[in-house]
Amino acid sequence: MAATALEFEKPITDLEAKIEEMRSLGESVDLSEEILMMEQKVEVLRQEIFENLTRWQRVQLARHPERPYTLDYVNTLTPDFTELHGDRGVHDDPAIVGGFGTIEGIGSVLFVGHQKGRDTKQNVYRNFGMPNPEGYRKALRLFKLAEKFRRPVICLLDTPGAFPGLEAEERGQAEAIARNLFEMSKLEVPIIIVVIGEGASGGALGIGVGDRVLMLENSWYSVISPESCSSILWRSWGFKEQAAEALKLTAPDLLSIGVIDRIVPEPLGGAHRDPDQMFATLRDVLVEEITALRTTEEFEHGKALERRVKKFSKMGYWKDEN
Amino acid sequence: MAWFARSKENIDRSAIKATDTMPDGMWVKCPDCKEILYKKQLEDNLFTCPKCDKHFRIGSDEYFLILLDDGVFVEHAATLIPDDPLGFVDTKPYPTRVADAIRKTDLKESMRLVTGSIEQIPVVLGAMDFDFIGGSMGSVVGEKFARGIDIAIATQTPYIMISSSGGARMQEAALSLMQMAKTSAKLAQLANARLPYISILTDPTTGGVTASFAMLGDVNIAEPKALIAFAGPRVVEQTIRKKLPPGFQRAEFLLEHGFADMVVHRKEMKQTVAKVLRQLHTLPL
Ligand SMILES: [Zn+2]
Repeated sequence: MAATALEFEKPITDLEAKIEEMRSLGESVDLSEEILMMEQKVEVLRQEIFENLTRWQRVQLARHPERPYTLDYVNTLTPDFTELHGDRGVHDDPAIVGGFGTIEGIGSVLFVGHQKGRDTKQNVYRNFGMPNPEGYRKALRLFKLAEKFRRPVICLLDTPGAFPGLEAEERGQAEAIARNLFEMSKLEVPIIIVVIGEGASGGALGIGVGDRVLMLENSWYSVISPESCSSILWRSWGFKEQAAEALKLTAPDLLSIGVIDRIVPEPLGGAHRDPDQMFATLRDVLVEEITALRTTEEFEHGKALERRVKKFSKMGYWKDEN
Repeated sequence: MAWFARSKENIDRSAIKATDTMPDGMWVKCPDCKEILYKKQLEDNLFTCPKCDKHFRIGSDEYFLILLDDGVFVEHAATLIPDDPLGFVDTKPYPTRVADAIRKTDLKESMRLVTGSIEQIPVVLGAMDFDFIGGSMGSVVGEKFARGIDIAIATQTPYIMISSSGGARMQEAALSLMQMAKTSAKLAQLANARLPYISILTDPTTGGVTASFAMLGDVNIAEPKALIAFAGPRVVEQTIRKKLPPGFQRAEFLLEHGFADMVVHRKEMKQTVAKVLRQLHTLPL
């Protein structure tokens, strides 16, 4: 399947087109050696481009329209995923999905994640993965279920932000997010966070407090999107590349300043180039992480808040003039 | 949304730190009712308009004086100043922005942490200064907030936070975002210690500050007409492509929708806080 190519992938797709052209000529002339050479060249070029991605290019990969979303992971990783709906108050918010499912080697776990749509119709339904307060409140209801039945929690983050709409404000978007931060910090089951695409601001963090925070290699996580950052600090939409650089929003950046614990490698070219490989990698990582958490003494019942305070208290840099 | 998302129309610039905006003149005009007020009269009225009750924006200094017995306090963590772990540069480097703010405001950060007493009840009190980079929350705010909770727990004292903020500090990127998690987790510790947390929301409280500690009070008290929001009004208007109804995201609106316990005039703030503390907290004999 040919994935939609991003602009910076053009040198690769150009060469690939040339190879196709040669193949079609190959019916009359034997070009197999030349084709082989060209194919090697493509691979070298691909390596080179993907080893030297700029931060903005990673943001583009994180938003790739064919990138796997939460339900793609959940349905592949568990044979029996059962989606649960609703916040028991106002309505069901399709921008956040959640439910229990069994992962081989771990057992039943709770998955909660932002859900984007694949096409316009789905995106209208999913609100482009931008939750309303009910999404956060549904997530909290499910977190409490997981705690009650002692199931680990896995949150998959992929949102351009919490929805800044009129009803969202009216129904307490800020309170819904704040409440989740407070409650997640003391939930007595292991919580693993994985940023699978876009981790934009409080809208992402609203289901993002846990014991281990992971990022896929080409995801991003920050306090604001590069575009909004550009429009505010540079007073123009034109500085998104610079803003992405300044924000240091990639997985390697955040690992180096202690905001995340681990980078999950993606297939060459991004998760969408080989979703099956991506699913398999994440499954292995999750099994490893949860097994490790379960066997650590620190993870005894009653110690959740202590370990999360310890974890998040370390995040930050300051100078003391004394 | 971050502090920068404010717009001139929605956040009343004329309300900036009353003492700074009228250094020379004896008189000041109320931006709401246009009444000409004698400066001393305004100050005696705790920077609220005697005619229309407009609450002028004030800073930590004024709040300490208003709330604490005899205006007496001990300041904590006062020597913490921002670092620049990301080497953040937009139109100017972050350290330059910080240095400018320090020079302009005579403050070291957008939050100060003190201990004192309110009607003889010992309290830990934090207050934000909007003048300092839009009252934005970076690592120092998170750390001061956390230390305040440690003091409250160690001394078995209630915690009070006065918020005034445009939200997260963009120049600290993901680190500023994490302060939301850090402060909320610390509040869970305070809750476990069964100590009261009172959140006082003043104009404006928006973004990541609202979506963390400002909304988590055991009791949330708002000043009249204060703008309290997650997304700022301009961002919401852009989203819905409509003008917002009058009073949207104001203190009274939050009261009506169930997100503030009460709207309290600045002149009654001290006695109200004291009353709530006495009702919630068993005082040591
Ligand atoms: Zn007036």
